[in-house]
Amino acid sequence: MNEERIVEKLNILADAAKYDVSCSSSGSKRKNENKGLGNASNGICHTYTEDGRCVSLLKILLTNHCIFDCAYCVSRKTNDIKRAAFTVQEVVDLTINFYRRNYIEGLFLSSGIFKDADFTMERLVRVAKKLRTEHKFNGYIHLKSIPGASDELMMEAGLYADRLSVNLEMPTEEGLKLLAPEKDRKEMIKPMGFLKTEIIQRTEEKKLFKKAPMFAPAGQSTQMIVGATPETDMQVLYTAASFYKSYKLRRVYYSGYVPVLADKRLPELNTAVPMVRENRLYQADWLMRNYGFHVNEIVNHDQPLLDLDIDPKLSWALRNMEVFPLDINKADLQLILRVPGIGVQSAHKIVSARKFGKLNWDHLKKLGIALNRARYFVTCNSSEFERRDLTGSRIKQFILAESTSKYLKNSHTQLNLF
Amino acid sequence: MTTLIYDGSFEGLLTAAFEVYERRLLYVDLKKGERRTDALFDEVIQVITDNARAERVLAGLKQKLSRMGLQRLYAAHLAEFENEDNMLLGYIRYVFDAGQNIEEDYGNKYVMRVSELVRKVRREKHRMEAFIRFQKLKDETFYAAIEPDFNVLPLIIRHFKNRYADQQWIIYDTRRKYGVHYNLHHTEYISLDFSDVTPTKVVSAYDEGEELYQVLWKNYFKSVNIPARKNNKLHLMHVPKRYWRHLTEKI
Repeated sequence: MNEERIVEKLNILADAAKYDVSCSSSGSKRKNENKGLGNASNGICHTYTEDGRCVSLLKILLTNHCIFDCAYCVSRKTNDIKRAAFTVQEVVDLTINFYRRNYIEGLFLSSGIFKDADFTMERLVRVAKKLRTEHKFNGYIHLKSIPGASDELMMEAGLYADRLSVNLEMPTEEGLKLLAPEKDRKEMIKPMGFLKTEIIQRTEEKKLFKKAPMFAPAGQSTQMIVGATPETDMQVLYTAASFYKSYKLRRVYYSGYVPVLADKRLPELNTAVPMVRENRLYQADWLMRNYGFHVNEIVNHDQPLLDLDIDPKLSWALRNMEVFPLDINKADLQLILRVPGIGVQSAHKIVSARKFGKLNWDHLKKLGIALNRARYFVTCNSSEFERRDLTGSRIKQFILAESTSKYLKNSHTQLNLF
Repeated sequence: MTTLIYDGSFEGLLTAAFEVYERRLLYVDLKKGERRTDALFDEVIQVITDNARAERVLAGLKQKLSRMGLQRLYAAHLAEFENEDNMLLGYIRYVFDAGQNIEEDYGNKYVMRVSELVRKVRREKHRMEAFIRFQKLKDETFYAAIEPDFNVLPLIIRHFKNRYADQQWIIYDTRRKYGVHYNLHHTEYISLDFSDVTPTKVVSAYDEGEELYQVLWKNYFKSVNIPARKNNKLHLMHVPKRYWRHLTEKI
């Protein structure tokens, strides 16, 4: 192995893969039963980059050669950059050796499209197959599904990978048409539909026959780039909600557009990355998946944009003051989950702890609740509580005045984009 | 107020709980310490760790706590926090005095405190599972040095044994001066003598490919960073500086 060349390849192909934000290695349940190498269950972030993102997988492209010319992508055909390609064996060696040193949870392998979809997908599958069969590797494997690849290859991919994903890239069909005219959204979604059906069938099979092979046990995910095209948060979140529902996706990722390319269809090169907006989208996504919110409670025609100053749960509470105050010692879990400043874990702890005795402010504080927000919305076993009949906008003022949010100083990010 | 002095072991803690009930003590102050034979005041009691008594207390705890609950108590004690012995003893007494399982009574100060301690231990355990960096030695053993804030090595053995079933490894706590060796079949506690180890000796013990993979990993770490999104505060929150000296990518 030529050491310098392998270092250079890794630099090029990791750099090209980093805009794919998914790094999750959880949701699988692959055990190390064959006395082989590794297992995959809850996912561990082994380190964090200087931009604060989790590094859990070896995330690389097999190659950054690509026949497509998508405006938002660094690997686009017409971009003048260094190109490289790994061999199957090189990716396998890197994965195994990184894994053995406890650097990573597994591999996230994507690729530029060289020649055609099947040719590319076949290589990706070959890497996964080699890891699983020759090296008894039970760590996490995330493969990109290449749109247009044959069902047989997708099927094989599902047998070796824990997770598969197709990136929607743009939240709407119009956005995709504008920036990636060669790509067809329907064609892109097709493998997702195929895999969804397969995953459901195989899970049923596995329930009946324990020895039936696992099929993509960590399911499917997708990614949308936010801020490259003028979609509203409502459009973004409605798309996400519909994909959660119709394709049973485990996760939708939102990637704030990083201006890396000059193109008149894209935001200018010096545009700031919409990090606050991205953060608010993730918070909204969490509310849909873990807090029982319906997407139209978070964004709707009257409220198409997420509030950048405050999180979407607080924003919802301020618009629905008639629900509050809740008595923390009596309210249902579902309602407690809706109180700003109370997370899923704390909500469950409250419900457990109150069986033993009534809770007061001191207890709530010890349970880790953010009282600076929650105190406007709840009462507890104490004569002290918010007696003023405050409006939503007054409460927002009070909370913002006390908060030292890093977001306040750049709350204009989203406005810049339009 | 009666002062109880015990040896710091879990069995010792359980024996202390036994003493409290046997002697019908009400107000006690439990401390870790050396056995003293010169106790001047009669309100100081030396707890002599007694496995039979500890077993009886353990059996009682098993009846009153869930398996998880007992594990949590064990983990909170194992971590060796300073001056938390009274909280642990208080917890055990509350478990026995209450008519029902009190694990989730977070309004109670002992339950709350044990829950806080467990959270700290769990976080440190999780960090070790994430931050351990093995180096491959010439004899095919993968070696990692750690310096966790709390004593969590016993808690991470199972994770590493399951994951790296087909490689020999050693994880060594250099602060507490003991380690664990896995020999492809089972694990055992070990202690090593580092007195004649110099930096050059360490490098010469590496396997041939070790340096290349360290370079590749460092390069990978740099390549995946997006400078336009730099957020050092968040970076430091996730990877506190005290862990850097054992992190290949941060050395």
